[in-house]
Amino acid sequence: MRVFDSFTGTNRGQAATVIQRHGAFTRLWHWVNAACLLVLLMSGLQIFNAHPALYWGKDSSFANPALSIHAATGNDGEWRGITQVGPYRFDTTGVLGVSGPDEARERRAFPAWATLPGPRWLSAGRGWHFLAAWVFVPMLLAYLAYLVLSGQLRRRLLPRRQEWRTLGQSFYDHLRLRFPRGEEARHYNLLQKLAYLLVLFVVMPLVVLTGLTMSPTMDAAWPWLLDVFGGRQSARTIHFLCALALVIFFLIHIVLVLVSGVANNLRSMITGRYRLPASEEVLSDEQQK
Amino acid sequence: MNSKNRPTDPRRRRFLTRSLLAASAVLLTGCDRLTRSDTMGRLFDASSALTQKAQRLLASRESLAREYSPEDIAPTFRANGTTDPQDATYRRLAADGFRDWRLTVDGLVERPQRFSLDELRSMPSRTQITRHDCVEGWSCIGQWTGVVLSDLLAQVGVRDEARFVVFHCADRYRGGDAYYESLDMIEAYHPQTLMAYGLNGGNLPVANGAPIRLRAERQLGYKMAKYVMRIELVESFAHLGRGRGGYWEDRGYEWWAGI
Repeated sequence: MRVFDSFTGTNRGQAATVIQRHGAFTRLWHWVNAACLLVLLMSGLQIFNAHPALYWGKDSSFANPALSIHAATGNDGEWRGITQVGPYRFDTTGVLGVSGPDEARERRAFPAWATLPGPRWLSAGRGWHFLAAWVFVPMLLAYLAYLVLSGQLRRRLLPRRQEWRTLGQSFYDHLRLRFPRGEEARHYNLLQKLAYLLVLFVVMPLVVLTGLTMSPTMDAAWPWLLDVFGGRQSARTIHFLCALALVIFFLIHIVLVLVSGVANNLRSMITGRYRLPASEEVLSDEQQK
Repeated sequence: MNSKNRPTDPRRRRFLTRSLLAASAVLLTGCDRLTRSDTMGRLFDASSALTQKAQRLLASRESLAREYSPEDIAPTFRANGTTDPQDATYRRLAADGFRDWRLTVDGLVERPQRFSLDELRSMPSRTQITRHDCVEGWSCIGQWTGVVLSDLLAQVGVRDEARFVVFHCADRYRGGDAYYESLDMIEAYHPQTLMAYGLNGGNLPVANGAPIRLRAERQLGYKMAKYVMRIELVESFAHLGRGRGGYWEDRGYEWWAGI
């Protein structure tokens, strides 16, 4: 990251400070990755719909799934969408189990709008999933290598020792949607660092490895995968949980991008240029809400 | 929002908003058509070929699928696809306990032969407890006993031109085309690839493919043809079905079922 050392402050009347926030490879990776994850998620839901249940262990204990999304006839004779997590049953008609417009109600785990392609089509879902995976995985490996080798991991993502004391404050500030301004906005805060580290170095590698564990040929090549994840069906469940974690990360990410200056954030991820938000003192002066 | 955070040029924001809207519209309405296009078909095939190459690099010819212990065997082995073939010849053979059933092995072989069930049973056998992974996502563990396919191939003498082993079956899934599947020579000669006649210590039930079915343990379930009547050694798939090497492949599934 190129930092303008000429930064002198953001007093009223002075030109805003613009920094080069993201390097070209980070920006390219971010957008390719966003597209890949969307395709992977939606095609993944298509694949899940072919057998909408999750299990723990080596194989499927059909009578005893950890999660199942299905349809059941209600008292009125109509189909109801049921989502069962362990012993708990939820009526999710309209979204999970049974969905679609009134005149064309469908019994399907995830609704048509969430799957790629829309109609029930396992082979095409697999086609999209593996095609996107062939872009996602090499890009992820390259990006992780870039972060480590360029020193960005150490400089930008690993929390410094004194920073841990700010954990509570950082969390509280996020909840109140108060974001770092001025000089502080040059760096990721602790929560950002932890979230990015978790997603990049834990969730994304996990989703790849559990994906490989579902391949019978990979299980023969790397049998340790089965031991690490406790069996093929456990790996499938963990794969699903990782996808869920990525969706939750994505939603929080989008909300924070929207509320902390969407244009500035988007520009920094497209051109790299990021305008440092004015510091606190100046704000209180000119923006009394 | 701080007014200073607004972009200097409102046209840029409009451009961004429109790009996002256009992208999502393309994604939602165009994807199904895109999926059907020849270009995507070729991309899916290319990605599958890449997967095959990568997996062949990582898994040697001999690397074995995991074998499990007797406690792991599922109480009932889930039967999928066709579970009771309606073909008249098959029904007649089944009614008689497959006494008159013969497995034809022909095509690009030196000595085409027909094997009775007793002849197959008298050949050296292999028993393995393995996990069956259905393309739908579920898995089931069962114990299989059968002839190692490479032993059978050695008996008939495979000619050099042979590149694939095709399994012709007695069933027509949902009354449509005859089921068939194929393996290349690497998977066909794999030590765990069996023509199985036994499941969990008994005869192979009709629901699971009696009298014999294929077990190719490093592949997904749809490869493992049930109700096998004939094994044909071929150089290409051109003369079979829609030319993609299998019943499901003809319907868009990848020929490489290692994933």
